[in-house]
Amino acid sequence: MADFRTHLMLCAGTGCVSNKSLEVKEALELEIEKQNLQNEVEVVSTGCQGFCAQGPIIVVKPDNIFYQLLNVEDIPYLVEEHFLKGRQVEKFMYNPPDSKEKIPTLDEIGFFKKQQLIALANRGLIDPEKIDEYIGRGGYKAAIKALTQMSSEEVIEEVLQSGLRGRGGAGFPTGLKWKFAAGSPGDEKYVICNADEGDPGAFMDRSIVESDPHAVIEGMMIGAKAIGAARGFVYVRDEYPLAVERMIKAIKDAREYGLLGEDIFDSGFDFDLKVNRGAGAFICGEETSLIASLEGNMPEPRVRPPFPAVSGYNGKPTNINNVESWATIRHIINNGAEWFSSIGTEKSKGTKVFSLVGKVNNTGLVEVPMGVSVREIIEDIGGGVLNGKKFKAVQTGGPSGGCIPESLMDTPVDYESLAKVGSIVGSGGMIVMDEDNCMVEVARYFLAFTQQESCGKCPPCREGTRHMMNILTDITKGKGKPGDIDMLLEMAMLVKDTSLCALGQTAPNPILTTIKYFRDEYEAHINEKRCPAKECKELIHFDILEEKCTGCTVCARNCPVTAITGERKALHVIDQDTCVKCGICKNVCKFDAVRIES
Amino acid sequence: MINLTINGNAEEFDENSTLLEASRKLGIKIPTLCNNEFLKPYGGCRLCLVEVATDRAPENSRLLPSCCTPVSKGLIVKTDTERVKKARIFILQLLLARTTDSQELIQLGKELGALVEEGALDPVGEYLANRTEKTADTKCILCGLCVRVCSEITERHAISFYKRGMEKEVRIPFNKVAETCIGCGSCAYVCPTNTITIEEVS
Repeated sequence: MADFRTHLMLCAGTGCVSNKSLEVKEALELEIEKQNLQNEVEVVSTGCQGFCAQGPIIVVKPDNIFYQLLNVEDIPYLVEEHFLKGRQVEKFMYNPPDSKEKIPTLDEIGFFKKQQLIALANRGLIDPEKIDEYIGRGGYKAAIKALTQMSSEEVIEEVLQSGLRGRGGAGFPTGLKWKFAAGSPGDEKYVICNADEGDPGAFMDRSIVESDPHAVIEGMMIGAKAIGAARGFVYVRDEYPLAVERMIKAIKDAREYGLLGEDIFDSGFDFDLKVNRGAGAFICGEETSLIASLEGNMPEPRVRPPFPAVSGYNGKPTNINNVESWATIRHIINNGAEWFSSIGTEKSKGTKVFSLVGKVNNTGLVEVPMGVSVREIIEDIGGGVLNGKKFKAVQTGGPSGGCIPESLMDTPVDYESLAKVGSIVGSGGMIVMDEDNCMVEVARYFLAFTQQESCGKCPPCREGTRHMMNILTDITKGKGKPGDIDMLLEMAMLVKDTSLCALGQTAPNPILTTIKYFRDEYEAHINEKRCPAKECKELIHFDILEEKCTGCTVCARNCPVTAITGERKALHVIDQDTCVKCGICKNVCKFDAVRIES
Repeated sequence: MINLTINGNAEEFDENSTLLEASRKLGIKIPTLCNNEFLKPYGGCRLCLVEVATDRAPENSRLLPSCCTPVSKGLIVKTDTERVKKARIFILQLLLARTTDSQELIQLGKELGALVEEGALDPVGEYLANRTEKTADTKCILCGLCVRVCSEITERHAISFYKRGMEKEVRIPFNKVAETCIGCGSCAYVCPTNTITIEEVS
């Protein structure tokens, strides 16, 4: 085996792959060979490294030099300069939005500095398709310990003491869940990994399965030992092809190594796993629906009790946890409950992975200790709002969560504090919104999602979410009536109170929080037929400012409906009846002469 | 036997019974649309919601479907609070806003106070009665009784739900009468809105 002096850790997560990181890899390998460096420099495809906004990225080991936004054309220069001549290439380094100084190494970049990695411990360090690399980084050590040196009770006690709470959204103590399943009578039990991630803007679970599938398998082995299960399922949505592929390969490799199968580590313990692909229904993230889907039935939630711990898959005791929870388990077994519970807040222990998206500079995946503030995540890690705009709100917990306004940005991110302000930690989506986002439209967007994903079993969710969406749509079109806000609040509370499962019970949250914190925006839409953020098309119009228009004709030439008229070097005018408010004129005007009025 | 309190009366009930069965034993009327004593409880229609708390935290109550909730020790159950009444009215108004003139639903709506004179509606009821369009061109309320009777009792599986959310409907496979259908009429018999009818074919 060649003894490489340098490793290029190239991100091959879905974000970077869609930015052509695999082509960059090919170019790198070609160029390395051309320079005859193939025995000195190795390119390693890693899972998602988190900094999706800057992809494709590579991290040069051992010096941790961080290169970003690479193109295939850049590669010959990069290889020659850095890997042949030994000169680091500044132009591919990261430039923070508020400074002109380039930052050479990963450790100094704000995005990475405040993160603490547990679930993402192997981020950027291993090739997820090579089981040896996982084992080389201490993989399966916790499984050996749990299977050969610990009793089921000891495993459960360790997880219970760690304070780990479910990372899928509800935040139920994981150890307690295991205890219930372990205590349920029955000799046939199951463990399930819920990888049916479906919130708009969330990709934590996908990323973990893609970049560290063995961490999930190891967690499930430990959970299976704890509750006495011999079989498990990984339920992953089919829209995540790379996650499906890597999980299937990981299971196969683990089987070949004797890590799955019969009598694992001569412990007498049998365990095997199967991947089940979901067809992409959001409702399948709800545990009873997921189990129904696994059984081959229509994915509808059912009333609990009985909980899956008593009657789950095929009516047998079943323990179901989210991807991130499973990936965290091995660290608790390796390092102990005390270590884990020393991280985080009093009631929310450990770290949480968030997918930071929306109007934020550093889009990507971040893992932080529970209890850091919303502000730290958005400003220090996220690098602030895109294009220097003003922060308005952040939606946490996806369509089931709520928005948090600027005045509450110092709220610590933990289960209790977010619940107090009307939102949830949820599975970890964080959508940043700026001054250009209309909060009524935000609520309408999420309701459009939930009403489409409602399974239709119970009327409040099936019919109620649709009515609420319609009311919101009317408001965004200027058709809202006085009294609609209170009527909407009343309906939201009724849907929350009467729905069968968490989908319906949480669907009104975006409405409740946007009204709570941005009621004035609702009122402007209803009473003044005005959209303060100037986003709602029916309530805005475009105008050309006389003092700024130079008569360059660019707007007129780009208007798709020829609504703009004007002579060369003379003021241009928009015909309001023809205008479709597409905004192209505003985007193409170099003189900032087009204004949106509301 | 299990001890619990329903509407202030502490009583003993068989441990395998549900809150719906227990309430009915006391003569308390609880409306249902998706329940049938011969089928497994479904909890879908939400009309049988009752307010439930435990004696450890009596102030912390939740609305639970009585058809699916087993009796358990120390439960405090209330079947006719304002919260329960409001919830039932809301459910029925949602269903009335959905379906085309189901006499059965109209009757139930009158009984429960969901259909009242013009002007007596609260804003939500007013919106659902007057400001929405019917969302379905069928009387079907998706209670699932027909689907469940066909699979649980006759074990024919000749009809099923199709799609989800507002697009959900009860269908026969591939829009053709299933080979397994024996024309027993059970589906029509259990349908609460008379949406399914049986035709005699000579």
